[in-house]
Amino acid sequence: MINAWITASIVGLVSAVVGFFIAVRGQAFLAHALPNGAFAGAAMANLISINPLLGLGIFSVFGAGTIGFLEKKLKKDTATALGFVLMLAIGALLLSLTAEYSQQIFALLFGEILGVSTTELLPTAILAAVILGLIFLCYRPLLYSSVLEEVAFAKKISPGQYNMAFLLIVALVTTMAIPVVGTLLIFTLLVAPAATARLVAATPKTALLVSVVLSLTTVYLSIALAYESNWPIGFFIGILGFVSYSLGKIYQKLAK
Amino acid sequence: MTILHDLIEPGFFSSSVIDTALIIGCLTAVVSAATGTFTVLRSQSFTGHALSDIGATGGAAAYLAGVPTIYGFVVVNLVAGTFLEALGIKNRKERDIVTGVVLGAALGLTALFLYFDTTTTSASGDTMNLLFGSILTIQSSLVGVFIGLSVISVALLAVYYRQLLLSSLDPDLLQAKNRSPRAASLAFLLALALAVSMSAIAIGAILSTALLIGPAAAATRLAKDMKSTFVYACLMGAASIFLGLLLSYDSYTWPPFHHGWPVSFFVVAIIFVIYLLTLLKPEAKTRHGNAVI
Repeated sequence: MINAWITASIVGLVSAVVGFFIAVRGQAFLAHALPNGAFAGAAMANLISINPLLGLGIFSVFGAGTIGFLEKKLKKDTATALGFVLMLAIGALLLSLTAEYSQQIFALLFGEILGVSTTELLPTAILAAVILGLIFLCYRPLLYSSVLEEVAFAKKISPGQYNMAFLLIVALVTTMAIPVVGTLLIFTLLVAPAATARLVAATPKTALLVSVVLSLTTVYLSIALAYESNWPIGFFIGILGFVSYSLGKIYQKLAK
Repeated sequence: MTILHDLIEPGFFSSSVIDTALIIGCLTAVVSAATGTFTVLRSQSFTGHALSDIGATGGAAAYLAGVPTIYGFVVVNLVAGTFLEALGIKNRKERDIVTGVVLGAALGLTALFLYFDTTTTSASGDTMNLLFGSILTIQSSLVGVFIGLSVISVALLAVYYRQLLLSSLDPDLLQAKNRSPRAASLAFLLALALAVSMSAIAIGAILSTALLIGPAAAATRLAKDMKSTFVYACLMGAASIFLGLLLSYDSYTWPPFHHGWPVSFFVVAIIFVIYLLTLLKPEAKTRHGNAVI
């Protein structure tokens, strides 16, 4: 159980920070597409018997690269959709070629945080450190290129370059999170807490802080509820995210 | 004749399963492509994809209740589409985030339903069918339902065609004409809900986005005006379904033998190749200097 709490803290923290940029850039679709598309990587790893983490890593970076390439030609959401379905189609093919899939794939889709082993903890922690380090290094340019395109231009920040960097960051989050919490959990955690935080906080720094607090509260509460009820954690995270966002909306309306 | 035999395995055109699949597939492709053109124009790809995932919840419920899954998809998608439209969000980034939050909650519910399903029955194989589609297992009695759904969604788009174009390309002009864009965008979301339901059955919930976005994205690169965009998108969508079925039929003789590769894989792969081919064409310029779409 202690492993579950540590994993939840790491994933909650990282997704709250990365989610802040997801919310600012309006890229919830990307947060959905990369984790859901990348499960094909695990299927591929299964097929040629390599480490699932490696398969996931290769596939998420491939997906991020494809979406990044398409974004130069198309609107962001269209590019995400096309890159996403390509990943899914390859996944469908790989799954049909392997015989024993359903149990493992179910675990990847919905996660099994309560069964995280100590050996899985180390790669999760290392990837989390790398992601937070990258965000720390690119914090200002990422923020400028997300919200203030003119400032970014004046400061000679190339939006395209940071767009690609951000895609890679989301690919890393995917690789980190899928083996331990599954695609559903990471998507909801990337979107809801940070989106709620943006509704109630006035400055980027407080929004980040609120996002982290909300995200950790959501994860801890969901684990406890799932443990008590034996229902899937993904259900509680999804509903709590929806409730907190709705409350945030009401607060925003009242504050006006 | 031998070349033809190598390309098309014997029996492709004489199989009634393939006949049903071709009819349903082509109907779905045409409706998806027409709806998809507006989806791309309005930057609502995420809405289209979210509806397919949300609809899967209805599909699973219908399956449990023993009715054809298409009805579950249609009901849940119409409700979800109306809900998303009722929120009335115009800002693109905010719409993306709200769609994400709603989708997260819906997926959470799906996880709960699946948990109940698997504790009562062991239905994970059927779940995979639901997610990845099963065009070759559709009963021919559903052809009528598919024709009905196609007619309704195309009619919705046709009635609101001008308003939809205006509100997609130039919302201010529509406002100036004293017309509310709400009716048109509701009509669009309902058409989208029906199109997504159809393609969720045909090529699977999670790949239906391919049929919606792919042909439309490719068509916008080739066509010079709106009408030809629709025509190209519909033709490319139908071609990808036809070729996908053909290749999947042929693939029974490919390794691993007597297994067959999934139809949806071929459909998406063909759509993607078509899109990549359209990239070879230099950027289209209109009379106004920039591409309209």
